[in-house]
Amino acid sequence: MAFYFVQFLTGLASAASLFLVASGLSIIFGVTRIVNFAHGAFYMLGAYVAFTLTERFSGALGFWGGIVAAALVVAVVGVLVEMVLLRRIYHAPELFQLLATFGLTLMVQDIVVMIWGPDDLLGRRAPGFKGAVDFFGQNIPSYDLFLIALSPVVLGILWLLFQRTRWGVLVRAATQDRDMVAALGVNQKWLFTSVFALGVFLAALGGALQIPRDAVHHALDLRIIVEVFVVVVIGGLGSIIGAFVAAVLVSELNAFGILIFPKISIILVFLVMAVVLIVRPWGLFGKPEAAARRTPGLTVNPWRPLNSAERLMSVGALALAAMLPLFAGNYALTVGSEIAIFVIFAASLHFLMSVGGLASFGHAAYFGLGAYGVAFLAKAAGLPMIVSLLLGPVLGLLGAAVFGFFAVQLSGVYFAMLTLAFAQIVWSIAFQWVAVTGGDNGILGVWPDKWAAGPAAFYWLSLAIAAVAVTVLRVIVFSPFGFALRATRDSPLRSEAIGINGKRVQWTAFVISGTVAGIGGALFAYLKGSVFPDSLGISLSVDALVMVLLGGVETVSGAVIGAIVFKAANIWLVSQTDLSKLVLGGFIVLMVVAFPKGIVGTLETIWNRRRSTDTKSALATSRVEVAE
Amino acid sequence: MSMVPTLLKVEGLSKSYGGVHAVRSVSFELRAGEILALIGPNGAGKSTCFDMLNGQNTPDSGRITLLGEDTIGRKPRAVWRLGVGRTFQITATFPTMTVRENVQVALVSYGRQLFNLWGSTAQFARDEAGRLLDLVGMGAYAERPCGELAYGDLKRLELAIALANQPRLLLMDEPTAGMAPRERIELMRLTARIAREQSIGVLFTEHDMDVVFEHADRILVLNRGSLIAEGSPEEVRGNPQVRAIYLGEGLVYDARHREGAGA
Repeated sequence: MAFYFVQFLTGLASAASLFLVASGLSIIFGVTRIVNFAHGAFYMLGAYVAFTLTERFSGALGFWGGIVAAALVVAVVGVLVEMVLLRRIYHAPELFQLLATFGLTLMVQDIVVMIWGPDDLLGRRAPGFKGAVDFFGQNIPSYDLFLIALSPVVLGILWLLFQRTRWGVLVRAATQDRDMVAALGVNQKWLFTSVFALGVFLAALGGALQIPRDAVHHALDLRIIVEVFVVVVIGGLGSIIGAFVAAVLVSELNAFGILIFPKISIILVFLVMAVVLIVRPWGLFGKPEAAARRTPGLTVNPWRPLNSAERLMSVGALALAAMLPLFAGNYALTVGSEIAIFVIFAASLHFLMSVGGLASFGHAAYFGLGAYGVAFLAKAAGLPMIVSLLLGPVLGLLGAAVFGFFAVQLSGVYFAMLTLAFAQIVWSIAFQWVAVTGGDNGILGVWPDKWAAGPAAFYWLSLAIAAVAVTVLRVIVFSPFGFALRATRDSPLRSEAIGINGKRVQWTAFVISGTVAGIGGALFAYLKGSVFPDSLGISLSVDALVMVLLGGVETVSGAVIGAIVFKAANIWLVSQTDLSKLVLGGFIVLMVVAFPKGIVGTLETIWNRRRSTDTKSALATSRVEVAE
Repeated sequence: MSMVPTLLKVEGLSKSYGGVHAVRSVSFELRAGEILALIGPNGAGKSTCFDMLNGQNTPDSGRITLLGEDTIGRKPRAVWRLGVGRTFQITATFPTMTVRENVQVALVSYGRQLFNLWGSTAQFARDEAGRLLDLVGMGAYAERPCGELAYGDLKRLELAIALANQPRLLLMDEPTAGMAPRERIELMRLTARIAREQSIGVLFTEHDMDVVFEHADRILVLNRGSLIAEGSPEEVRGNPQVRAIYLGEGLVYDARHREGAGA
């Protein structure tokens, strides 16, 4: 009994940091409508800065002062970020905001390693809370008790701040109606900045307070942000009480989940999240978001199928690509195969995003499931390559069918957060369930059959499958189903009023997209000869997002160009520098701010503008002629 | 008139939010080819009524029978399949598609081709879409992007979309809101003509009394959730309770017509 009670207290102590970070995320979202992906990065920065400060200054004052000072320092960094970056993207689509803040996260990862090195850092114990309290023979660290007491105190302070101060009233007003508050003459700029500063302060404080409990390392950011996303999905984005209740719930589920399913403890959290989403899609304490109306005239370049000249050009490009083995060496062919595989992956995500309007932040899950599907079939069942290639993606299909069913219940940022959380769950299973997946060691020796083993043969295979996949997806875009999907994206209200079951249409699109991603993953397993949890990871999901964005999210098949350019640049970059994350992150931020249409979108715009000025000048001439 | 079948039958429809009775025991009938206006001051319960008929909102009690089928508990898309077309107060169309494609999507749905992954939408029911667009006078705009249309044209496009499933009943929530006076008259004349030709029943809400008295065959007046008057435009205009609610509006209309008659 005492053991369970102690387990319960440990869960409560873990909830403290989670609550601080989640409440910060919620406060920022409430006012600015930005889901700050970089919140995990601020949490991690808080821990690192606190480590440095508490090492430098001794004594109790040095420690506690260092913790608070660290949170303040990071909050100042947050203010700079808000002023330089976020102010430029408050009116950008959600996807761009998430990507820009993710780009920041990537940059911080490399910066942290540059400053503090790659090794784990062990912070010092908190003065006054070094011992443990004995509870019926079980020990509880006294610092845990301090943390348990802290979160209700922070909750109380936040409550007072929002209920009793003028600033709090303004923030609550802005949460309900930003434009009204602006119309009443409140300086929105500084309101947003101060809210962001408070949110970042809370995240950094959460990180700083963890140093006596946990080693500081440079992967803290993604770990916390995924948990925080789960917390705000359960608790309801924008609700501080929701963040508190859900942080406690998730931490307890983790604490006891380890006892019930020691290998795959995250399953329990997933089940609870699924139940909450079915019963209350906007979280326990959240409010339903009004469906965003698409601004008319948003997409400037209308979609149409390729005309015969363009079709000829595509076939020509494909034929050129097929001639690569005639003059390129083995390394270039392997790179070519990898690019073809990522064209498949990016095209599958692009279909979901551009046609369905659903930005998945965890698309690697289905890519990776396809890869694991092949590995299971080829290694465990010993099936030949063709059969494995055909059946492996079925695992991606099944994953997409299950997760997609829940994900399409939501939209916008909730959809993004949920797909990310699902992907992370799949990753955790692959990582923790060593008996089946081999865990971190992966599954090795997945080699192609003889006929496809040569680099040229494998390249042709990948290229052919990529060409078929992209063609099929394009046909679907212009099929009746494709239009039903676009209709659901454009106006849920109107599509429901003309008999379209939007959720079922979106679910079908999710399954199609997940299956195609699984096909890419299946090929990837054979290309690498092995499968690791990385092929399900966040960074792969984000790579796909960047490829789509780079190609142009509002185009029909921009992802093809995006994948080729990104993958080629990425392979080159990794060979040139150790700071690839910093460069990539900076590139993402720059692209979102300066180049949001992507390569194909920009070209189309230039092309259309030239054409319309041509017709306009033709019109002008004819009018002049008439006048004469 | 009694030979014409009843299209829609509403009996004792009620809905309250907390202690507020948004709609209180409303009953009425609508016949094929009839144009029925639902009027009342702001907050009278018009929109709540409309949303319940459409399936967007569920009543606390009452019955709605459409062509012999009970519609309560059905989703809007299921009510649509029974033969109900709907236009919205603020137009809802597909801005990234062309005008023709907007109508084609509705026709795809009507033809139960929503999950057809392989066909070409461009060729699907192209002529039928063109015919519907011609009917509402939008044929010349068929290839224009919907996002570029003026508001009045969007309203007409919405009417074409709403006609795609060959509806028996049209629900139009403030069809002329936000339009110029001349456009209002044109749109309502068009609606009335289509309704008579295809014997479609039309139920519409409207704030513009000129439009209501000019085009409605019958008028229902809602006030604070209850039906307080029902009848022909003349009957409703003469009703002292309605005059009391509408103060100036009805009187102004009356006065102007008398002047017109005098001259």
